Order: sequence, then C-alpha cells, then structure tokens
Amino acid sequence: MSLKSTLSAATALTLITAGGAFADAHSATITIATVNNGDMIRMQGYTDQFTAETGIAVEWVTLEENVLRQRVTTDITTKGGQFDIMTIGMYETPIWGANDWLVPLNDLSAEYDVDDILPAMRNGLSHDGTLYAAPFYGESSMVMYRTDLMEAAGLEMPTAPTWQFIREAAAAMDDPENEINGICLRGKAGWGEGGAFITVTGNSFGARWFDEEWNAQFDQPQWADALNFYVNLMNDYGPEGYATNGFNENLSLFNQGKCGMWIDATVAASFVTGDDSTVADSVSFALAPNAEGVEKRANWLWAWALAIPAGTQQEAEAKQFIEWATGKEYIELVAANEGWANVPPGARTSLYETPEYQAVPFAKMTLDSINAADPTDPTVDPVPYVGIQFVAIPEFAGMATEVSQEFSAAYAGQQTVEEALAKAQAIATEVMEAAGYR
Amino acid sequence: MARSVSPRRKLINTTVAWAIGLLIFFPILWTILTSFKSEAQAIAAPPIFLGFDWTLENYRVVMERSDYGRFLWNSIIIAGLSTVLGCIIAVPAAWSMAFVPSKRTKDILLWMLSTKMLPAVGVLYPIYLLFIQMGLLDSRFGLVVVLMLINLPIIVWMLYTYFKEIPGEILEAARMDGATLRQELIYVLTPMAIPGIASTLLLNFILAWNEAFWTLNLTAVNAAPLTAFIASYSSPEGLFFAKLSAASTMAIAPILILGWFSQKQLVRGLTFGAVK
Repeated sequence: MSLKSTLSAATALTLITAGGAFADAHSATITIATVNNGDMIRMQGYTDQFTAETGIAVEWVTLEENVLRQRVTTDITTKGGQFDIMTIGMYETPIWGANDWLVPLNDLSAEYDVDDILPAMRNGLSHDGTLYAAPFYGESSMVMYRTDLMEAAGLEMPTAPTWQFIREAAAAMDDPENEINGICLRGKAGWGEGGAFITVTGNSFGARWFDEEWNAQFDQPQWADALNFYVNLMNDYGPEGYATNGFNENLSLFNQGKCGMWIDATVAASFVTGDDSTVADSVSFALAPNAEGVEKRANWLWAWALAIPAGTQQEAEAKQFIEWATGKEYIELVAANEGWANVPPGARTSLYETPEYQAVPFAKMTLDSINAADPTDPTVDPVPYVGIQFVAIPEFAGMATEVSQEFSAAYAGQQTVEEALAKAQAIATEVMEAAGYR
Repeated sequence: MARSVSPRRKLINTTVAWAIGLLIFFPILWTILTSFKSEAQAIAAPPIFLGFDWTLENYRVVMERSDYGRFLWNSIIIAGLSTVLGCIIAVPAAWSMAFVPSKRTKDILLWMLSTKMLPAVGVLYPIYLLFIQMGLLDSRFGLVVVLMLINLPIIVWMLYTYFKEIPGEILEAARMDGATLRQELIYVLTPMAIPGIASTLLLNFILAWNEAFWTLNLTAVNAAPLTAFIASYSSPEGLFFAKLSAASTMAIAPILILGWFSQKQLVRGLTFGAVK
C-alpha cells in the first residue's frame, strides 16, 4: 500500500469515527452519570420502563466514585454539557447550588410530593432553602453487631451505646484464636473513607474542624481524646492492617464472621443481612456511639442524589426522569419486584410509614440514625460550616484527604497521634489562610 | 564464540525465569480465576485458589448489563488509529533525526520526552476546554488525536534508536541509484526497520489500549472504550469483585491474545537492533 493510500484510508477512518459521535445523538435521549452501587444498578435495570412510559431514552455513564467526582466536576465547571443528570452527594450539592451550576428543583409536580423527602435529606441537598438535588437514597452510620457474640460475652447492646461501652464490648468479643476482631472500623486515607469516620468520631467527642473564625481546632484536647481513643481501640481489638481498611474491606471481614462490631454506613445493613453474609441471621443494630457526656453521636449523613447541571438542553426530560427515579412509584416498583428490603432507603418519610417496610430489620434504626444527624448543627460547639462528616466548602476534599493521610500514618504506627494532629493543624491552617477564610 | 552454559546453570536460569514470569503474571491469573467465582468466594479468607464452584454467572451479568461490543469497538478504533497516525508522523520525524541530524536534534528529542514528565491531570482543564470549543468531547476522533500525541514521543524515540543502527551508506547507495526521498523511506528504510517498527507499533497499541486517564475524562457514551467499561464495575460501597474481575478479563483478553501471537516479533524488536 502506498503512503498516499495509507494516508487516505487513515483520514477516511478518522472522519468516520468523528461522524459516529454525532450520528448517535438523539433529541429525546438523556445522559446520566452515576456510581456503581447496588441501588443505582438496580435502577438502570428498570430504565426501560421509564422509556416505555415517556419515550425518553436513557444513556448511562457508570464510573467509580472518585472518577465520577472528578469527571462531573470537570464537566460542570467548564460547562462541558456531557451530562443531563449527575449523581452527586451532599458535599457537592450546596456548593454547586450556591454557584448556580445546578438547576433548582423548585417546580417538581404535586404528585412528586417534595415535602415527603426526609427533612435531614432535604436540608442537606438545599442551598438557601432551595432544593438542588433529589435524594435517590440516603444513609447515616450505625453500629452493626453480632448478637451471638454479644450473648456469649454476657453483654446487651443498648439502643444508644457510648464509646466506653463499645470498647468494653470489643474487649469481650475479641477472640484472636478464632480470628474474631472485637471491632472493625475504617482507617483508610481519603476524605470520604477514613476521613469521614474520624470526623464523626471527633464530633462525638466534642471536637470540630474549625471554630467560628475558621481557626483549625486539631490542637484542642477533644481531638486528642478522639484520636487516642480510636487508635487504642483499634490497636487492642481491631484487625491487622486496619489503617488501610475502608468500607469494602470491613464489609468483607464482617460478612466472613471476623468482626464482633462494625460501625459504618446504614446502607451496609442490607449487605450484612443478605445472601453473601455468613452471619446474616445474627446481626442487629444500634445508634452510632458518643463519648459519655457528649450530646452529639458519631452519625453521619449522606445521600446519593440526582441533580441537573445548568445549561443542559434536556432540562424538562431530566426533571421527568428525576421525578420517576426518586418518586414514590419507583419505590413501589422495586418493592413489588424485589421485596421491600431492596428498595432505596433513607430518602422518603412515607417509606418508613409503610407497614411492610417497618418489618424490615434495619428500617427503624436507619431512620433513627438519619434523624439523629443534623448537618446544620453537627458539633457540640458552634461552627461556621454545614456538614457532618465533611465541611461544605470547596477546599475541604483536598485538605481532608491530606489530613486523613496523616491520621492513617498514625494508625499504621508511622507517627504518633500528637504528630499527626500537629500536621493536621498545620495543613488546615495553611489551607484556610491561602483560601482567604482568615 | 558463544559462551557454554552448564546444565545446572541452565536449570537455575530457567527456574528463576519461570518464577519471575509467574510472579508477574499472577495478578492477571488471579483476576481470571476470580471472574469464575461467586461474590462470596471472591472475598473468602483464606483465599480459594482452584477449589471453588466455577460459574459463568459474572460474565452473564456483565454481558447483560453492558454493551461490551461497543466498548471493544471503540478500543480497537482508538488504539488502532492513534497507533497508525502516530507511525505516519513518527517515521519521517525519526528518519530526519537519525539521518539528517542538526545540532539541536538531541535537544528536540529530550524536549519531546520531557512532555511525558508532566502529570496528565495538570493539563486536563486546558484540553477539556479545547475539546469543548472544537466539539470533540466524547468523540473517537478527539481521543485518537490525544492518544497519538501523548504516545508520539515514545514512538519517535524508539524509531530513532532503530534507525540510528541502520548504516547511512545503504541509504546513500539508494540515492545514487536514483531513489527519491519517498522511495528511500518506503522501499529501503522501512523494510530494514520492520522488526523495530512492528514492536514500536505493538507497544504503542498496548499503551493506547490501556490508557485510563484521558479515555475516562474525555468520554461519556459514544467514545467510551474498555477502560470505561472496567471503571463502571468498580464500587467503593459493595463487594462486586467477581463481576469486576469478569469485566477486567473481558477487557484485557483481546490485548493478551494479541500479545501472545505477536510475542516473537515484540521480543525481537525490543531486544535486537535493526540490522542485527
């Protein structure tokens, strides 16, 4: 083949590939960016019903959580227009809403019944009282524990335990000879992994990220108490290498019967009582703990929610989809086909008033945990920010990831708790000064 | 004269080589094995190596949930075209640097390589904005251009190394016989450098196939290749390792097969000079 013909063929192929992108476009097609988790995947399976009802086709872009976050952030800040609906969380929603990057959801239909959304979720997904994202499912955190081990230890889990009781129970259930750890907790670096957990633990010891003047508070005794308690608890009764354990690692350990207790997302309840769990029949739940005398518990609040980026050409169609996917009828659809235990939890009040759902073992504790979390009043002492396991400012994700890396290094024994806290203080102070908060 | 190797030494060398080979291949083998396990078996501790109930369920679920063919086709087009375009640009560039060097040639080569030292995320926003302006977001053409450009320094460097080993006298002889520049490139240089060009193309194809930053950030639906296919099965909240392994196996299978069939050419190109 001559050089000329090679070039011609390459050019032709290139034009074909470029053209394909435009040929696929369709006026009634919406593109949704989402994460890969059980509830979202289930929703994708029912999309055909939405298309049949409305004539609107749906294209899914499913990505890992961190990739999705980077992808949708890039797209929305540059007005790339790649997506008509984005799956975002409670951290992004108020920030993006304040920047007018999202379409306000203030004209949803009466049938949608926006007042039915759980107040905690609605507050967390609003800015200045305007809802910017509709919760698909919501979660808090709670204690999941083995009833058989508790019984064997001669203890009874209170509905609202303290950290001191948790330590006592962990000591009683810890059984290294049988590879049972008293407790499994997140230690993995990352603001949404171990960072989220240690932040709510801090809240439950009376700590906070910043005071009202945006001064970092890691040099305060409450943080030292929280971090020392966590490190001692995990060193004494936690699994080997807990500094690198996140949600999935602990889920795996718990499902294999290697944890007496696990404090993590309420959404895990359906996993630990599901078919893949070897301890499904002996799991019960309690509220996330607090330190004695501290009113705040280690509850977090999170929702995966559907939002419409400003500037989309398919706003009406996107709203139609959001009403369908986060509405009451979708919950009934899933319940009818897959049972009440599999409906997306934590978003609507009416779900928790349904007798069939009230019979689900983890339903009440999930609701109680969500109700115990208030993102507008997350700490004992007043703070200038909104958010429980995060601080709803754009600088938080990077800063908290760095801080959690320092904490993880302390968990792994690479530095002391005091050193980690000193570094956290320096990181947070520097970021706040550079960003002009102080 | 070849150095004689004792049978004992040969045995040790072979054993060590196999051990290293198996060690390197083990993660891929483990991924393939996990893809045939149930989700519960995939996370079992201690891990189950072979004594599990083999199932194709994960592949069924993945095929049902994703349009594998579309991702595969995009990967083939993007990796293939970026490699071909890269070669069309790199062969003349490497030729001129190897046979008609200027005093700045070494600097240019180093400068080209230095572009690989910048973290990709550092230019994400400028490139994203350019793509928006040019209407190239989520297009295969856009990705072909980007992947061709990011791999171009490597192709030029590799070809330059091969071309440098071709004696300039051979090309001079061709010129004396009346060969034009085009004929010299196509009929003299290229056939002599075929092993080198082939291994460079193969390596570039593999790099483009595996590229997972730009392919994830610049695509959505239409141009998403197999890297996006794998990413869609990674979950921080839920144990879906068996399905993720099935998706990974399906994504790497084509390139593994290509590598298997072309290993002779690849090894020859990477270990020998053009005229040896």
